[in-house]
Amino acid sequence: MNVILAVETSCDETAAAIVKNGVHILGSSIYSQIHDHHKYGGVVPEIASRKHIETIIRIIRNVFDESGLIFKEIEAIAVTTGPGLIGSLLVGLCVAKALAFAWDLPFIPVDHLEGHIYASFFVRPDIEFPFVCLVVSGGHTDLYLVKGHGDYALLGQTRDDAAGEAFDKVAKVLGLGYPGGPVIDKLARQADPAKINFPRAFLEKGSMDFSFSGLKTAVCNYVRYGKGKDILETNAHEESGATDDKNRRSVSEINPNGPSKLPRGMKIEPILEAKDQGQIMSIAAGFQEAVIDVLVGKSMEAMTKTGVHTLAIGGGVASNTRLRERLEQACRERGVDLVIPPPHLCVDNASMIGAAGYFNQERATRDWSIAAHDCRRTGLI
Amino acid sequence: MKKITRFISGIEEKMAFDHISRSPEDTMNLGRIVAGKILPGDILAFSGDLGAGKTCLIQGICRGLDVPEHIYITSPSFVILNRYEGRLPIYHFDFYRLSCQDEILDLGYEEYFFGEGVSLIEWAERAEGILPEAYLKIRIKSLSPSDRSIEFIAYGEGYMERFCSGSYDLSIKTKSTTKGG
Repeated sequence: MNVILAVETSCDETAAAIVKNGVHILGSSIYSQIHDHHKYGGVVPEIASRKHIETIIRIIRNVFDESGLIFKEIEAIAVTTGPGLIGSLLVGLCVAKALAFAWDLPFIPVDHLEGHIYASFFVRPDIEFPFVCLVVSGGHTDLYLVKGHGDYALLGQTRDDAAGEAFDKVAKVLGLGYPGGPVIDKLARQADPAKINFPRAFLEKGSMDFSFSGLKTAVCNYVRYGKGKDILETNAHEESGATDDKNRRSVSEINPNGPSKLPRGMKIEPILEAKDQGQIMSIAAGFQEAVIDVLVGKSMEAMTKTGVHTLAIGGGVASNTRLRERLEQACRERGVDLVIPPPHLCVDNASMIGAAGYFNQERATRDWSIAAHDCRRTGLI
Repeated sequence: MKKITRFISGIEEKMAFDHISRSPEDTMNLGRIVAGKILPGDILAFSGDLGAGKTCLIQGICRGLDVPEHIYITSPSFVILNRYEGRLPIYHFDFYRLSCQDEILDLGYEEYFFGEGVSLIEWAERAEGILPEAYLKIRIKSLSPSDRSIEFIAYGEGYMERFCSGSYDLSIKTKSTTKGG
């Protein structure tokens, strides 16, 4: 089973890829629904499922076109079976099983988080076990000890909000729209991260768990009661997750000197009057630095505790430029070997599912039923 | 605590005000006390701004319903629904990402509201139209960086008697407190 077609639909990305020998991407295609969800301030599950149905076949055709392969050259199909939005997962699962049945191919279930761990194999195919992997995204903030293929131990996890969720919610409070990660990353580059000092939750000594809820509340308090409150007056509608889409301006209009290239569809609400820009950037920078201090601190704690020498990262937040810088610096200082996949392999994608499927093909099955257990997590704790 | 009964478009709305929480620990303790009053099939609908303490209060309720300490009660914003097993099944919803109740209907979540479990619903204002007649609304307002007013509003039968009477002493420390939150 060397040539694997992989399908990933756990949240708001519809993705497919063809991966050869686990680490060579022959074709990869992603449709991001950010545009479709932007006006709601988050992913809308029902829309997500419908969009997956509309796009998945086209995405799979794309990867065949890109790779130049025909379906007879595919030897197995890997698909994300969880965790994620159930309706979204089912679309990918049904398509993958139907194709496997029609083409008479084995089918390999893959855990979404396992996929994020395997993204590192594209940059380091011979990565040595054991290694520690920080998986940090909108739904997860986990530290794993990866002992071998398909063999993971959970070292720490979030006790409340995931790091990416904190980014999204803080962006909401600051009126920066959805998703929060990229826009905070960009704004924070223009301010001093030490100017506003938000709390870092390191929890009890030695713990490798995370907590970002207190930090989120601290930012909310700063905006409501602290020095940031002057930005609140014009920002009263931040309370709702769903926003109304009128009267928006793009960040480049408001901030002509700043980085003007935001992802398509990302806009900033009109509350960003000229006097507030510096303030919002400082809050963004202070918040981001607090998150990153904890992510880096806990990762280093995990290296010390486990005594392993290699750290890998994955998940959407791992594409944050400041986090990458800070991890590189910390690992250099400690002599830790750091494996960072490029940003397009950190965010949700199907190539990583193909890699995880290739290295765990003993799980391959020819059970075509769409049983509920297929949506349970497969490899991880 | 003061009580007010009023009628809005024919539906009786019974209110009990004035739980003031001075800290996340207070909020958690209130949750544990609320848990002691919960019966199978109860629906508790939470509203409040980001960072008000909805998840924190729910963490207290889950601990009070005997969800073991090693199971973390995390924010369901991303996945919409988390399930826990305590002395009753607990459905922890978060409608933060949903924009209208049609989407909740499409998802079929309202079926949970009529089961034997306890439904704890964050951002419940998105779902008010599909909630059954009787439920307890819990409204959290931020008064200062640390202080919160936590308001109980009983709709329909059965909630007023249990949740809007008796004493709530938030200073009582029950078992160990959970970190974080």
